[in-house]
Amino acid sequence: MDFGVLSFYFPKYAEAFLLTVRIGWLGILLSIVIGIVSAFAIYFRVPVLSRLIGAYVEIFRNTPLLVQLFFLYFGIPKLGLNISAETCGIVGLGLLGGSYMSEAFRSSLGAIPNSQKESAEALGLTSVQTFFRVILPEAWVLSVPAVVANVIFLLKETSVFSAISLMDLMFTAKDLIGLYYDTTEALFMLVVFYIIMLVPVSIAGSILERRARYKMFGE
Amino acid sequence: MGFELLLKGNNLGRLFGGLAVALKISLLSVCISLILGTVLGSLMNDRHPLIKGVLRGYLEIVRLMPQLVLLFLAYFGTTRVLGINISAETASVFVFSFWGTAEMSDLVRGALSGIPAAQYESSMALGLNDVQTLVFVILPQIIRRMLPLSINLITRMIKTTSLIMMIGIVEVLKVGQQIIEANRKIDPNAAFGIYFTVFVLYFAVCWPISKLSKYLEKKWEA
Repeated sequence: MDFGVLSFYFPKYAEAFLLTVRIGWLGILLSIVIGIVSAFAIYFRVPVLSRLIGAYVEIFRNTPLLVQLFFLYFGIPKLGLNISAETCGIVGLGLLGGSYMSEAFRSSLGAIPNSQKESAEALGLTSVQTFFRVILPEAWVLSVPAVVANVIFLLKETSVFSAISLMDLMFTAKDLIGLYYDTTEALFMLVVFYIIMLVPVSIAGSILERRARYKMFGE
Repeated sequence: MGFELLLKGNNLGRLFGGLAVALKISLLSVCISLILGTVLGSLMNDRHPLIKGVLRGYLEIVRLMPQLVLLFLAYFGTTRVLGINISAETASVFVFSFWGTAEMSDLVRGALSGIPAAQYESSMALGLNDVQTLVFVILPQIIRRMLPLSINLITRMIKTTSLIMMIGIVEVLKVGQQIIEANRKIDPNAAFGIYFTVFVLYFAVCWPISKLSKYLEKKWEA
């Protein structure tokens, strides 16, 4: 391992790291929004929309992100709609993640026992109050473990962005290996930066899960 | 739009050939992972702290690193650091088994932790040894809980196999790319139809499998 090479590589990786993190978190944000909207539509059985969303979830859960990105980035522009690689990455991650998030939210909404709804009714709450004050807070806590797992999964999935020529960590590693042939150093930095990206999220996730558990069973 | 290219020459056959390459690698890794994962998962509840610690560390590392990074490490890293030259196919089977085994072992561990201690004690009272207890008493009980989850893991592994294109294996996405490149003059818009077809192919493979997993889960839950 040559430390001169490592310090020469550092700024290049740092730049790629920021890009990866930015696209990753924007995509995750989008996926949470899509997930919440889809889960609500399915929960309230909105006529046509819930069927469409059901199909969307099945389609995106059963195809790899790489194939989705190729279709979005190379296929869609042929219809005359031009999207930049970065938008494409965010939208692709958002659509993939949205299908996973919607499953997470939907199943936790469905897991709230009916007695909760009935008790709220007995207390004289309107259906809107019941949903926002009883069902939603409980479902939110229930969904935390699945959401945390999805966030980590989506951050890992960002590694395929290099295929649509976004200059992310993978792209940088491959590029530097090709240019300077210091394979060991380039791969080492790749692993280090992914650890920097994922370990804090993983730790924060387990703290969040523990707090959610306390909320469920009382402190 | 590219759809008519599918009927030209042997293009459709080549796409299916590419899909077969990807499926072969994923099925091979699935088989290895299911077997090794069951063995490791059974060991995970072992009382020995060293075995427990090592397996825990292995699981965390595999969970944390993106599969593509592992692929790069196995394919480019081994050549440079260890001086051994493995083919891209071997590297990908190795990486996907390495990853799948970890995931599978965690599923087995989770299912095993739900088995009450009385089951083990009763088997011991009947004079069964550890291996007999596991094979004849414990595993038959957890299979119902395991099967839907393992099938789910299989679809995840098939989807992840699309990454092998990035280390230069000619699978379905790469074949699609080749068809588009070869016909750029005749049909500049081919990318839409070809990539759409690849999309549909992956869906056609994964969807029935995940339906089966959901069906089993519902059927056995009741």
